[in-house]
Amino acid sequence: MVTNSQHISQQFEKELQDIRSLVLAMGGLIEQQVANAQKALLTADIELARSVIALDEEVNELEVKIDEECIQIIALRQPTASDLRLVAGILKTITDLERIGDESVSIARMAMNLSEKDRPKKNYRELQSMGNHVLGMLRDALDAFARVDAEQAMKVAHEDRDIDSEYESIIRQLITYMMEDPRTVTRVIDMMWSARSLERIGDHASNICEHVIYLVEGKDVRHLSLEKMEEVVQGK
Amino acid sequence: MEATKEQQTTSARAIDIETLQRGQKLDIGNETTCIAVKYFNLFYGQKQALFDINMKVAKNRVTAFIGPSGCGKSTLLRSFNRMNDLIDSVQINGEMLLDGQDINKPSVNVADLRRQVGMVFQKPNPFPKSIYENVAYGLRLQGVNDRSTLDKVVEKSLKGAALWDEVKDRLHESAMGMSGGQQQRLVIARAIAIEPEVLLLDEPASALDPLSTLKIEELIYELKDKYTIVIVTHNMQQAARVSDYTAFMYMGELIEFGATDELFTNPSKKQTEDYITGRYG
Repeated sequence: MVTNSQHISQQFEKELQDIRSLVLAMGGLIEQQVANAQKALLTADIELARSVIALDEEVNELEVKIDEECIQIIALRQPTASDLRLVAGILKTITDLERIGDESVSIARMAMNLSEKDRPKKNYRELQSMGNHVLGMLRDALDAFARVDAEQAMKVAHEDRDIDSEYESIIRQLITYMMEDPRTVTRVIDMMWSARSLERIGDHASNICEHVIYLVEGKDVRHLSLEKMEEVVQGK
Repeated sequence: MEATKEQQTTSARAIDIETLQRGQKLDIGNETTCIAVKYFNLFYGQKQALFDINMKVAKNRVTAFIGPSGCGKSTLLRSFNRMNDLIDSVQINGEMLLDGQDINKPSVNVADLRRQVGMVFQKPNPFPKSIYENVAYGLRLQGVNDRSTLDKVVEKSLKGAALWDEVKDRLHESAMGMSGGQQQRLVIARAIAIEPEVLLLDEPASALDPLSTLKIEELIYELKDKYTIVIVTHNMQQAARVSDYTAFMYMGELIEFGATDELFTNPSKKQTEDYITGRYG
């Protein structure tokens, strides 16, 4: 349960508000990083790829800052119940966000590698569709966090399955490319790494959904199948 | 009150309680029940202070009562050894069973009951006697005067209250010269000297400094092997630290009761949530 009543301590109320806004700011930055990394990959934009790599510093700083503030709150306020779950949920969420940041850096690196090679005819369209899907999922997960909405989180977690199957079909396709024309191997391997990174981003977004469900419902749904998760959320 | 009417409402409520228990952890699982409270109501004159309290206190566990001032937690605690008998205007109905026996039956000897259910208050209240005599007091009342028996019990109780090492060289000095934390542990030693079954602690650490508080908490942890402990505290972190079960009370009602780790991480009632997180709702 999450209540909307105010804390008697206004200062504590403000501190919790502040870390939540910081997480949302970090989430916004991460969304932008993923979008830019994907764009750099599809358009062979080296400058954009470089900027993604450079901005990772800021992501890391945000992670450290939010981490510190959470520890501060635990030390000074001894949060309980939904406050405690919020702080614990945030600590885990930012770890996933930071990893997503790292994955976008790898995609940006692949973008730089690939920009120096011949472009395939389809111009990485498969990756574009998967990337859009992953980006949408990340956005929805962050949205669920912002609105402390466990139902939406549950919906978003479902999407990870689609992304996983999309990933598999891309890998199968890439394998056929390599078999057809071994000269494409280096390029295709970079594409594979990119697809792998996108798939990982989907996993992290799905983790964030689990943290949201934990902080709203107080129920730990990690390592459960989607069906089990749904049962837990609906309190069966 | 008309018996039939009371029976009817009681059976209707019984269903409620069952549903409550299924949905809301009002239970102590498979643990042995030490005290069972059933539809317990208490009135100070016209004013009702406790409303239909239903709960179980598990044997050899620590049960904490939390709630804002005036919520009835101390009143309920005092009902466990009939301290409320001392107040003329108090009237009660409902059941309170200690090991299955209703403690409010007229046939119950209150002195015996209080021997079984000892109590420690907020302010340490040692008697103006020596440390030794404070601990031996209960036994002397029971007519035990044999020196070696008394020596043994005093040593055992002071050890049990984690006080022996600090006072063993000055057992015959006045208890009034001890620090507040030591006095409180002395009072606990006095309470356990007569080997009660249940120990009621009413804000046992709220007048103590943080270190003495930690010692009392550590002591509570050790004592639960032998005794069933019920503690009332304003300090929620303390309740969270020392207790196995926590009951949240508000305006004379038991709002939520459950395993402490559950109640402090994921309470099921909004009132509990607001209280333990320090909100006004």
